[in-house]
Amino acid sequence: MSDLEKYSSGSATSIERPIKDPGLEPHRVRMTDKSEKHARTAEKQVAGLFVISIIGAIIAVWGFFAFPIIDGDLSATRNNALWMGIGMALSMLGIGFGAVHWAKTLMPDNEVAEARHAARSDDDTRAKAIEIVKLADGESGFSRRKLIRRTLYGALAFFPIPAVVIFGDLGPVVGDTLKHTMWRSGTRLTKDPTGIPIKASEVTIGSVFHVIPEGLKDLEEHKLEEKAKAAVLLVRVNPGELKEDPEKAGWSYDGIVAYSKICTHVGCPVALYEQHTHHLLCPCHQSTFDLADHCKVIFGPAARPLPQLPITVDDEGYLVAQSDFLEPVGPSFWDMRK
Amino acid sequence: MSVITEPKTVIGKAANYVDERLTIGSVLKNFGRKVFPDHWSFMLGEVAMYSFVILIISGTFLTFYFQPSMAEVHYEGSYAPLKGMEMSIAYASSLDISFDIRGGLLMRQVHHWAALLFVAAAGLHMLRVFFTGAFRKPRELNWVVGFLLFLMGMAAGFTGYSLPDDLLSGNGLRIIDGMIKGIPLIGPAVSSGFFGGEFPGTEVVARLYSLHIMIIPALIIALLGIHLLMVVVHKHTHYPGPGRRDDNVVGYPLMPVYVAKAGGFFFLVFGVIAAIAATFTINPIWNYGPYDPSPVSAGTQPDWYIGWLDGALRLAPSNLDLVIAGFVIPMGVMLPIIVSLVFLVLVGAYPFIEAWVTGDRREHHVLDRPRNAPTRTAIGAAGVTFYAVLWAGASTDLIAVNFQMSLNHVLTAMQILLILGPVVAYWVTKRACLSLQRKDREIALHGRETGRVIRLPHGEYIEVHEPVDKYELWKLVDFKDYEPIMPRPNKKGKITVGTKLRSAISKIYFEDRIAPVSKAEYELAHADHGHAAVEEKPKRKPKQLKKNL
Repeated sequence: MSDLEKYSSGSATSIERPIKDPGLEPHRVRMTDKSEKHARTAEKQVAGLFVISIIGAIIAVWGFFAFPIIDGDLSATRNNALWMGIGMALSMLGIGFGAVHWAKTLMPDNEVAEARHAARSDDDTRAKAIEIVKLADGESGFSRRKLIRRTLYGALAFFPIPAVVIFGDLGPVVGDTLKHTMWRSGTRLTKDPTGIPIKASEVTIGSVFHVIPEGLKDLEEHKLEEKAKAAVLLVRVNPGELKEDPEKAGWSYDGIVAYSKICTHVGCPVALYEQHTHHLLCPCHQSTFDLADHCKVIFGPAARPLPQLPITVDDEGYLVAQSDFLEPVGPSFWDMRK
Repeated sequence: MSVITEPKTVIGKAANYVDERLTIGSVLKNFGRKVFPDHWSFMLGEVAMYSFVILIISGTFLTFYFQPSMAEVHYEGSYAPLKGMEMSIAYASSLDISFDIRGGLLMRQVHHWAALLFVAAAGLHMLRVFFTGAFRKPRELNWVVGFLLFLMGMAAGFTGYSLPDDLLSGNGLRIIDGMIKGIPLIGPAVSSGFFGGEFPGTEVVARLYSLHIMIIPALIIALLGIHLLMVVVHKHTHYPGPGRRDDNVVGYPLMPVYVAKAGGFFFLVFGVIAAIAATFTINPIWNYGPYDPSPVSAGTQPDWYIGWLDGALRLAPSNLDLVIAGFVIPMGVMLPIIVSLVFLVLVGAYPFIEAWVTGDRREHHVLDRPRNAPTRTAIGAAGVTFYAVLWAGASTDLIAVNFQMSLNHVLTAMQILLILGPVVAYWVTKRACLSLQRKDREIALHGRETGRVIRLPHGEYIEVHEPVDKYELWKLVDFKDYEPIMPRPNKKGKITVGTKLRSAISKIYFEDRIAPVSKAEYELAHADHGHAAVEEKPKRKPKQLKKNL
């Protein structure tokens, strides 16, 4: 009985095999073992592959110098990558195929067996190991001197805490930044990315504008952060097709509605508008919102409607916000309603 | 006491110098002829390891030029369509690597292709280990290490993918931000800590860079070291066959055969990646443009190994948000997170679950043919199906567009498939395995069908069966076989809930089983008159002779 079979076999059955293990199959002799001629051929093939490898390396170096970068000429970049890559591939594949071919044709292919031993240390070794641990314990007094041991545990528990605390300034305390955007009462709606204000008269029925708040374009700091919250989609539909929620009456202007462009699922821009159905689609996870019905979710993983930006026009006829969004834009978070 | 003789040749002197300082003599003596079993499926792990080496080599080149800064610049490089555009230094330097540094585009593409291959090869390697039962004692811990390596591979991939700060990867980060924010209590704070404030901030690329080029590779190298060390300690498993037992290892010696084969194989992997990188564009960041939170292109998709997580996000049912005392739990985010975590935990814990069910404490070094572990194979097929549906779920929009179907229907179909697919896959696989086992039994007992029909003297027509040779027969009959466990009372005379559960699961595993052919059955089949009369000695030694000619 081998040392591997001293363990419980659990629910394994022990059915007697019809025959005894016949042992390794007889070795198959290769042509290269039998005939020196074939061995010579294989040798030449291996050498040939190694020569191809050398040629490949030369091609790669040639590719580097033959196609210098020329400003505005993309073909140089493409040829450079192509020829260096092909040369390198050849030089690698030559070595690889050569070495494997060598091993398969000329090196012995007799399978050999080697004994395995159980991972478990034998009983003597274990006894000695335990003895060492006990000796060390006795010599150090680790078990005996409780005061030392327990304070050591305490110290080991406390010492990593500063290493955690030190990361406290990775980011600022959140506060209510997630609940506010750049929009204020009177902020003009401007085109993304030019920053040109939009007149209500420009917005024809069915047209879509990608909108940023006035002033965002010229921000020195936090431009992308503000844009990631304040981006808005502006659409004009036939006022008769809009379902009016009495609470939100007056948030639109003559069929022009503005909704947050940031998906309430995980924050992708809801950039696709289907004119004849009034549906807005997020290309990331396909949440679909019904623009005519306060951007209610009609399909996909999002749960909240896109927040509406209340808008009106100023005396010059430009579209302006009545206020900031009245609820947080973008992905939901746990204390968003507080 | 004998005098030590000094070597004469240059190589001898050099070897002597090193050996007298580093004991390489005994290292070579112990490991030089170490036996490695040979099988094509053992190369999958090698592909992963070599891809990782290639990643380090190509990645080091990239670090010489890449600048992980999110400060804004105006692009002045040689890619005309983006000239003058405002973008981050990270994106600009990625463009420079692509267009203004010879070999840069090639190395970027080598790096990206190698990353895709790394995770793919690691995943296939895991499947090989799973379906052959290589994770059983004593290799359970190595399964866990390998599982962690796979997770690290995904993390390395994602952090690297996000570095160029292009529109596509920026949207990927935006999704991560949305998911993090959805985690109850800590979400917004974790997001702020990760991005250094509000998304996208100016810190995240530099932080991802530290993770991508230092922390994650260091973890991978450490885990890979442990992984390989354990392979050396346990010695490699081998496939079942004549002469292959749990107490030996059959294969080729490390030197010279394995050094040549495995060493050559590194160059083959590198060569193939170089050839693909030279001829197929991957991640053309110049087409996407710099990151901007407002635009997005249709058909956005992550790299393949993140696909299943993106699919999980897409397939989550809508409008499930919970509101508890005014606090929101966004289930559109939490459900995918929980489902994928549970899936991962089950994958990582599988060896322990199976060991608990079988109660088998022996070491296993001979692999199972997948058919000989029908329930495990079926569970694996169910898991693969689950993963595959999630993965395909990340392409619902592309499927709908390319096959001109309704997006809504495609998604609903995927949701149904996600639940039903694994059940069907389990059932079909289990039945297929059992049928294959039946076929094996049939061949072991009665031999192969020759297709030759003869008439016996008394008029009966029968087909001649040709018995298989002893090597083939051994392969068909030698496998481990388990029975369901009966729930038995413990010392106090009670049947505990754990015992009941274990017996119930054991029943699921082993109630339907095809036992290996026993000696008695074999002898009975061969004593049968009708058969013995027509069985013929094989005219030639089947198989191996044929291959030699």
